[in-house]
This record gives sequence, C-alpha cells and structure tokens, in this order.
Amino acid sequence: MRHNRWGYYFLIPFFLVFIIFQLIPLGTTIYNSFFEHYFRNGLTEVGPNFVGLANYRTLFSSGDIGQYFKNTMIMWVMGFVPQIIVSLLLAAWFSDPSLRLRGRKFFQSVIYMPNLIMASAFAMLFFALFADTGPINTMLLQIGIFRAPYKFLSHTFSARALVAGMNFLMWFGNTTILLLAGMLGIDQTLYEAAEVDGANATQIFFRITLPILRPILLYVVITSLIGGLQLFDVPQILTNGQGGPNRTTMTLIMYLNKHLYSKNYGMGGALSVILFIITGILSIIIFRINTRSQQ
Amino acid sequence: MTAKNEERKTGYSLGVGARRVIAYIVLILLTILCLFWFYLLFVNATRSKAQLNQGFTLIPSHYAFRNLYNLFHNSNLPILRGLLNSFFVAISAAALSSYFSAMTAYAIHAYDFKLKNAAFTFILAIMMIPTQVTALGFLSLLRRIGLMNSFIPLIIPSIASPAVFFYMKQYMESNLPRDLIESARIDGAGEFRTFNQIALPLMKPAIAVQAIFSFVASWNNYFVPALVLKKDSMKTLPILIATLRSADFLKFDMAQVYMFIFMAILPVIVVYLFMGRSIVAGLTAGAVKG
Repeated sequence: MRHNRWGYYFLIPFFLVFIIFQLIPLGTTIYNSFFEHYFRNGLTEVGPNFVGLANYRTLFSSGDIGQYFKNTMIMWVMGFVPQIIVSLLLAAWFSDPSLRLRGRKFFQSVIYMPNLIMASAFAMLFFALFADTGPINTMLLQIGIFRAPYKFLSHTFSARALVAGMNFLMWFGNTTILLLAGMLGIDQTLYEAAEVDGANATQIFFRITLPILRPILLYVVITSLIGGLQLFDVPQILTNGQGGPNRTTMTLIMYLNKHLYSKNYGMGGALSVILFIITGILSIIIFRINTRSQQ
Repeated sequence: MTAKNEERKTGYSLGVGARRVIAYIVLILLTILCLFWFYLLFVNATRSKAQLNQGFTLIPSHYAFRNLYNLFHNSNLPILRGLLNSFFVAISAAALSSYFSAMTAYAIHAYDFKLKNAAFTFILAIMMIPTQVTALGFLSLLRRIGLMNSFIPLIIPSIASPAVFFYMKQYMESNLPRDLIESARIDGAGEFRTFNQIALPLMKPAIAVQAIFSFVASWNNYFVPALVLKKDSMKTLPILIATLRSADFLKFDMAQVYMFIFMAILPVIVVYLFMGRSIVAGLTAGAVKG
C-alpha cells in the first residue's frame, strides 16, 4: 500500500530530534571520556590529549566515586524500603473489596500530589523548615521534645534521612497507584477460591497477591533504582551543592554536575559513561518486562 | 510450625471492622504527612518577617499580599521574569511533546512498514536513558551551534519523549480503531489531514493528560536548564530557587522566601486541583500491565 510510507514520514521528527539532541551528545560524551581536557584553575585550558582509559582509572583510584555511590544507594534504600512497604499496604487495602474503604479517590489524589511538586522548591522548603532556627525546631522546642535546636543538616544521619524522607513522600503515592492497578487486575475468582478454602487475609496476600505482582514489583524496584541513581535536585538544593555534612549526602549526579560546571570534560565524560552503563543494564531488565507485557 | 500458624491466625483474624479502622488511621496519618509541609508553607507565606521570628504557628496571618508585593519589587529576585520564562518553556515543551508523541505513536499504530517493529523496539529501549548521562555532549553541542542561553534546547528535545510516546501508543490501541482510519482514507482525506483531523481529536483525553505531565516535568526541571541558562534574565524558577539557596540565607526576608516557594509550586497545585482525578486515572494506563 502506497500510504504506508507515511509511517516513515511520521517518524522523522522523533528520530531527527533524538539523533541530534541525544545520540550525537552520547557519542561526544563517550569520546570525551578518553581525553584529558579540563581547565586548570578554571582558566588555563589543558588538552584535549588522548589518554585512553586514564580518566576511568583516576575516577576509581580517587575513591570519591565509591563514596558517592554509597551515599546515593544509602539514601535510596532509606527512602525505598518504607516506600514499598507503605505502598503495598495501601494498595492491598484499596483493592480489598471486603474493606470497602471510602474516599479512595481522595486519598489517592493526596498521596500522589507530592510527586508533582517541584523537587527543588520542596527541598528549599525543607531547608527553611528544618533550619536551626526554623519552624520545626521551634515547634519541637515549644512542645518540649528538644532542649536545644537540633542541627538537622549538620549530622550525617539526619541529613540523609531528610533526603530519603522527601524521596519517600514524593514517590510512595506513585508506587501505590502502580501496585493498585496490578492488584485490581488480578482475577477475583482466585481470591474467592482461596477464601472458600479458608485462607485468611495474610495468606491470600503472601500466597496469591505477591507472586502475581512479581513483574510489577520488579518494575517498581528497577525504575526506582534508576531514579535513585539520578538523585540530584533534593540533595543539591538542601545542601547547596556541598553534599554536607562532610560530603555524606553527595550523590553521583551532584558529582557529575560539579565536573560539568568546572568544565572537566574528561572526568565528566568518564563518569557519564559509567552511569550510562549502569542505567543501561537496569534498563534492559525494564525493557524485558515491558516487551513481555506487550505480548 | 503449628504455633506459628496459630499466631498468624490470631494476628489476622481481626474483624473487618478493626482492619478498616486501622486502614483509616494510617491513611489519615499519611494524608497529614503529605499535606503538613504545604500547609506550613502556606501559613508562613502569609506571615510577616517579624511574625516568622516569633516562632511556630498553624494559624495563617494576613501579610500574603504584602509579601507578594515585596517579592515582586525585590530587584535581587527576578521572580516575574522567572515565572514568565518557566511558563514559556513548559507550555512550549508540553505542546511539542504531546503533539509529536501522538504523531510518532500514530506512525507505529496506523501503518505497516518494514522497520515498524524495529522502530518501536528501539524507542522502548531508549526510554530509560537519563538526560544527565548525555548532558556533557549536549552542552558541547550547544556551545558549537551557539544555543547556550537559549530556550530552544529546553523545548525542541521534548519532541522525542519515549515515555509520552509509549502512553499514546497504548491509548491508541484501545481507542483508535484502524477501521476508522481506513474509512477516513476512503473518503479521500490525505494522510497528514487524517492524523490531524480524525486521529488527534479522538486522542484528546490522552493528549490532555500527557500535556499536563510534560508541563509539570518541564516546569520542575532543574539539572539541564541550570547548565544551559546562565543569563539572569533567562533563568527559570528552579534555577532562581538554587540562587536563593546559595545566597546568604539570613540576609533574606524569610517571608519572601516562603512566598517565592509558594508561587513556584502554585501553578501545578492549581492544575492538580482541577485535573487531579484524570491525572491519577491516566497514570496507570501507560504503565506495565502485569
């Protein structure tokens, strides 16, 4: 059929834009990672000199990347564990016909809302609220929980907990809605049969719901992990780009951002490539899940 | 083993009534946890600088317009400019991403051609590539072609939005029958016109949801815009918030800081109040089906 060539025409804008703004930049990024190219003291240009894998060696031997990877993962886990537990619980409640919860739409709308809030504004808000003389400290002093203001951003645990807590708030609604969609898609007769056999709510949850949800759970874990690796806006604004205290909240993308600002193309390139490879591997898993659900 | 089973049984033989009460308590606590910060933001944005120094309260004051006036007349913080820039970029990006994603999805949905499956697989495969990992090359490209300090690199790339495409494709499968496209063809409409005048109107609900998501994503975007926009007059709101953060905190009038944050999230909240339901309903349509 002659009109079928229009399929190609309609694909042109997407692929043209993708090639120019993503594919070529990806190529340049990889290319740059093999060159020594930076600005000494921000002024004198050094390079570009071909150095092979030297940037990668420097990156790993300095140990910074390990530390930042660890920070990123710790904050992701601190947010993700409560996120998945709460989301599973809420989705199970929402989808349980015997509970007949009212206001499901309302609660869903409320818990999803933080996901749409500008992360940088949210972080700035938390910075103001949790400041040493901010409202949270004054409130805790007024109630009498604290005797002296607690410096939330000067302690590793509380600084990380703030980042993780905000991540939790921003994402648990989204995860709940995804899991709920999965649970509502489960064949009701399975539950009825289980009830007839005398299974209780826990048994049904662990023996029927969870196994059927496995692909969605895997999807949620991996997409959240990919998102976690990109953790940037919240810790960047909260700690003013310093990753304080003592760089314990510095994430991988904050590190990349530093290299981009100081125009260290070589090191920035190497770091980008490593992040690309990690997300690439994780994406393949997601891709498998998506294509399987297509069939 | 039996003891364990016994324990489980007693733990969960809680009546439906009791479980319902627990569910409501947890839901109400989570609702408070989600809304508390924004309520506090609202309260503090209505208080004067002096009142803010007096400590914590949950009762709004009446300085909102005073604070707004001060903020708009603060020459150090070009918030009006920032609002305009953010609106311009976000609306343009939303329009392009929803229109062209529908077009891309239509190409895969309505036609049969040799590379169809390859193209579809490819777009799915690149869905998860984060913009951050190509940012370095992206910036050097912009320097080469003179597009630093321009809104173009923040708008045009949204034409290629794999996630929006995926959603549109899913939506077309259940809402845009190919017979309909065929009959439009018999009527002699051109392919481009069929897309614009037959397919697009049927895609309205999907386009509305995705336009909102794209608007929000662009409105909130910080990483790339902060690297591209260096001129003060071009900065979008998230970049101004970063400036606010790096400026000496106490020198600022905190009332203005709260009002600034409030203004930055207000448009999204307003859209959400009107469209929340269809947004939440639209969320799952494009997600994996288990």
